[in-house]
Amino acid sequence: MGLAKRIIPCLDVDKGRVVKGVQFVDIRDAGDPVEVARRYNSEGADELTFLDITATHEGRDTIVHVVEQVAGEIFIPLTVGGGIRTVDDVRLMLNAGADKVAINSAAVANPDFVREAAEKFGNQCIVVAIDAKQVAGKSGTDTENETPRWEIFTHGGRKPTGIDAIEWSKKMVSYGAGELLVTSMDNDGVKNGFDLPLTRTISDNVAVPVIASGGVGNLDHLAEGVLEGHADAVLAASIFHFAEYSIAEAKRHMADRGIEVRL
Amino acid sequence: MSRQISIAVIDYGMGNLHSVAKALEHADSQAEVKVTADKQVIASADRVLLPGVGAMRDCMGEMQRLDLVDTIKQAAASKPFLGICIGMQALMTHSEENGGVDCLNIIPGNVERFADDLSDPTASGDEHLKIPHMGWNQVHQQIKHPLWQNIPQNQRFYFVHSYFVVPQSPDPVAGSTVYGHPLCVALAADNIFATQFHPEKSADAGLQLFHNFINWDGSYDSSTCS
Repeated sequence: MGLAKRIIPCLDVDKGRVVKGVQFVDIRDAGDPVEVARRYNSEGADELTFLDITATHEGRDTIVHVVEQVAGEIFIPLTVGGGIRTVDDVRLMLNAGADKVAINSAAVANPDFVREAAEKFGNQCIVVAIDAKQVAGKSGTDTENETPRWEIFTHGGRKPTGIDAIEWSKKMVSYGAGELLVTSMDNDGVKNGFDLPLTRTISDNVAVPVIASGGVGNLDHLAEGVLEGHADAVLAASIFHFAEYSIAEAKRHMADRGIEVRL
Repeated sequence: MSRQISIAVIDYGMGNLHSVAKALEHADSQAEVKVTADKQVIASADRVLLPGVGAMRDCMGEMQRLDLVDTIKQAAASKPFLGICIGMQALMTHSEENGGVDCLNIIPGNVERFADDLSDPTASGDEHLKIPHMGWNQVHQQIKHPLWQNIPQNQRFYFVHSYFVVPQSPDPVAGSTVYGHPLCVALAADNIFATQFHPEKSADAGLQLFHNFINWDGSYDSSTCS
């Protein structure tokens, strides 16, 4: 008996529509974020994360309406990420009904933004998203005998920053991040599971909860994120979107592996 | 046909109250929700809800700046009153947050921070617990109370907090959870109920608690409870 490990489905939203098709038989409009959110909520999702991938500035207002609509009828925590760059962006999302915002590249560009946002709105609503790639110690590479090391990458994993991911995690927590969303850019989309050493090293080195992200292909991967990655929550997109597994199945599987979940 | 029940959600600048208002409306169609800092509106409402996220010094500071302290105390003394999260902690005597802040002193007791070296005594290994206490934890109902109606024992609710209340006497403890150690997460005293967890973020269980609050006349006889 104790705190449950969370399962968080992530919805990628472009101009107000869910992308990466959602294949639920009983859903009328798979591109409608509210319908998808409703479905995940009914299946027992512990939180929802919306990632706004809209490229154009004009399209960005739509995410606000999505958050307003979802927050008006689904009563679980909501996180919004993607393009959060200013204190005004944070305020806009929180006022729309988001409980937390995920700050990613803006934190790298200007770490003080995290501090400012945390001071203004409270640590509990500031999630720092960390996109990391392994740069040393990876098996099958010429650095495989070195101590494992990960670096922060921006621009969807294309741009190295030279920043050590573990040091960066600690720094972001000291700046006021209330939670870290750790995505392995090596594993994202590959469906071979989370980068467990990365997740575990960060989780064991910070006092705040860590959400594992990137690479989930099956239910064992979710369980391993908690058991071996020491994650406090696991985030996945495609395995839920394509209805390969329901959230209820995911929870039962984690419970079978001895993980405390909210059933 | 059905009577509207007015609920003043006190808006003292501590975070967004959209979810609280929407969840109340969702929980019961009789709810007529007013998000307000207006003393008259609060004084005339059928129910009063004191929400809150953020830090205690800002919370008490804003209440004082808006001259709401007496209004809140009067409401807490006279009508069904629900405090949530910081709104629960504010009912206590003193909080150790922000170097120490005097609170409303409606329920005797203090607000303390989780220890940095919090660990799970039930874990096989030495599991270090994260702060804030964030996520869904089980709430053990310590008493029978109208606000627990139709909510199963040990139901999970959503928490996010780094501080917790320590009432001076065990009498007002209505619910508890375990995070490193047992802690009080719901208080009941006459017409007051308060939760450390967020009903507005706790899915159906939270909506049920809101429904119970909307339909509560504020009476609670502690002598009948074991």
